[in-house]
Amino acid sequence: MQLVLEKRAERSTVIALISPLIAIGLTIVTMSILFVIIGKNPIAALNVYFITPLTDAYSLQELAVKAAPLVMIAIGLSLCYLANVWNIGAEGQFLVGAVAGSWLAVKTHGTDAGAWVLPAMLLLGAIAGALYALIPAICKVRFGASEILVSLMLVYVADLLLDYLVRGPWRDPAGFNFPTTAEFDPVATVPLLLEGGRLHLGTVIALVIVVAAAVLLGRTIKGFEIRVVGAAPRAARFGGFSSNQLVLLTFAISGALAGLAGIIEVAGPVGHLQPGISPGYGFTAIIVAFLGRLNPVGILIAGLFLALTFIGGEQAQIAMKIPLDITKVFQGILLFYVLACDSLILYRIRLIMPQRKAADGAA
Amino acid sequence: MELLEAIILAVLAASTPLLLAASGELLVERAGVLNLGVEGMMIVGAACGFAGAWATGSTLIGALCGIFAGIALSLVFALMTLGLAVNQVATGLALTILGIGVSGLIGAGFVGERISTAPRLYIPGLTTLPFVGKILFGEDGFVYVSIALIVAIWYFLYRTRAGLILRAIGDNHVSAHALGYPVLKIRTLAVMFGGGCAGLAGAYLPLAYTPFFVPGMTAGRGWIALALVVFASWLPGRLVIGAYLFGAVSILQLHAQGWGVGVPSQLMSALPYLATVVVLVLISRTRSGGSTAPAALGTVFVPDR
Repeated sequence: MQLVLEKRAERSTVIALISPLIAIGLTIVTMSILFVIIGKNPIAALNVYFITPLTDAYSLQELAVKAAPLVMIAIGLSLCYLANVWNIGAEGQFLVGAVAGSWLAVKTHGTDAGAWVLPAMLLLGAIAGALYALIPAICKVRFGASEILVSLMLVYVADLLLDYLVRGPWRDPAGFNFPTTAEFDPVATVPLLLEGGRLHLGTVIALVIVVAAAVLLGRTIKGFEIRVVGAAPRAARFGGFSSNQLVLLTFAISGALAGLAGIIEVAGPVGHLQPGISPGYGFTAIIVAFLGRLNPVGILIAGLFLALTFIGGEQAQIAMKIPLDITKVFQGILLFYVLACDSLILYRIRLIMPQRKAADGAA
Repeated sequence: MELLEAIILAVLAASTPLLLAASGELLVERAGVLNLGVEGMMIVGAACGFAGAWATGSTLIGALCGIFAGIALSLVFALMTLGLAVNQVATGLALTILGIGVSGLIGAGFVGERISTAPRLYIPGLTTLPFVGKILFGEDGFVYVSIALIVAIWYFLYRTRAGLILRAIGDNHVSAHALGYPVLKIRTLAVMFGGGCAGLAGAYLPLAYTPFFVPGMTAGRGWIALALVVFASWLPGRLVIGAYLFGAVSILQLHAQGWGVGVPSQLMSALPYLATVVVLVLISRTRSGGSTAPAALGTVFVPDR
């Protein structure tokens, strides 16, 4: 008896729609088993993880706050993945965007600079993120170096750069030697949507980006080129699309979005630059992109779901003393199931009975 | 002279985990599979290795725990990419994300604990030889294993029939399949071997390099090992050179920080990563005449029936 894959004649649209749901279901089953193994009541744990955060206004706002960077980064990554190039260094582009935008906030700190500061910061963040993402893209296009490894190495470099700046030149003199810049001025802070709440302008920006990406992919030639280069590189060459140009373009866009997400995070919920501003948004966004089927609307939903795992993870740690690392385990398992279920869109699994049986009988 | 001896000993120690992990990955990639999950398998190997050694007091059992942890994770990867024909890049990333989480869970109870590091070889008369004694005859077991391993891999790939079949599968799985070789089975074995090597490399860190476990202690070594395989052009001999070169870079930056060179410590810490980028660019550029990578590297194979 043997399980084999068999290629379907065409993509299964039914499975394409339900596969993320199957993946989430399987993940929840696996997590329940894991909770039992570490000696926690699985029902209570799942409740804290997925239900409680949805029941009060503060957590719901927090959900939108955490989903915003995930969605922004994942939209950019989905463009790369659709074009079949692998930017996995979004975490680094996020940090560099945060650093570049913070530069302006630090320089204008305590001056009477006007309302232009915040837009300029966002622009700087996006440009810096794009330039940082262009490093692996250029290395790939010009020299043939693996964009996967180069973009990942640059995550560590960005992390160290941020660390150097907040411990060295940008450290707040009044900060009791903590590695952090001074609190940003009001003109350098992302405005809140609701007085006294957590929801800020970043959520709106993320929604605008979702719409823009949907238009780009569904209604423009560029979007079509991106999809063709990824899905059918030979056809794209015959069509005269430059795959090198698209590598640069998709990396630049994804870097810009990651950088923008970075500066919004720093100028919004965090309020100053410090190490550890990201709980791994750049890596989690990879999961968001795949769970959302590389589709802008799907990514929006997936972003909200993974934001839930961050908040649920924090609450589970406080309420049930469940280690925070379980969130990463959860996210890793989820990505596995998403990828495995996606395989069923193209293939079906067939059980093959041993054919040797007849021969054995005869012998 | 004593300083030089100390530096060489330190370089050997820093290079060994890179060499171990990269050796395994070299064989995996030669079979045509790109497993980007080395970092994840290493960090779980580190956590399990520490747990094993802490519970039993034995470095050997710790190392075995690390190896088994690496193999277990690699089996998940094999099931996904070989069994279900899932994209290898995405699966490798998932493996790394999962590995970091799992190691955090396992290691949470061990932060702050200490164990005694792996014993070093001591042969009276030889180890006490001036200069070369300690370098050649005074290492811990991992260093000797890592060298034996890469020699064995070279022998396997170029001097045995099985190695030839493995290389054939890595270059053209369709032809190998047509000739009747069990492509997926051999690839699964290669992936498991790579997982064991990565697990051992991870276990080396808390067992021999530092006597404690820190979350995230692999610090990108798994990724550097992947880059080393590219640097080595998939050749075992060059892999040894590459691993020791990178070990030297990481030791250089540590010493430079110690000597108080007037550069920020963070810049020195970034050196191994920057060096990886530069090396990848240089090596990929000089190879413009055609890639030396296994031709089927990273492609999905579903056997026809």
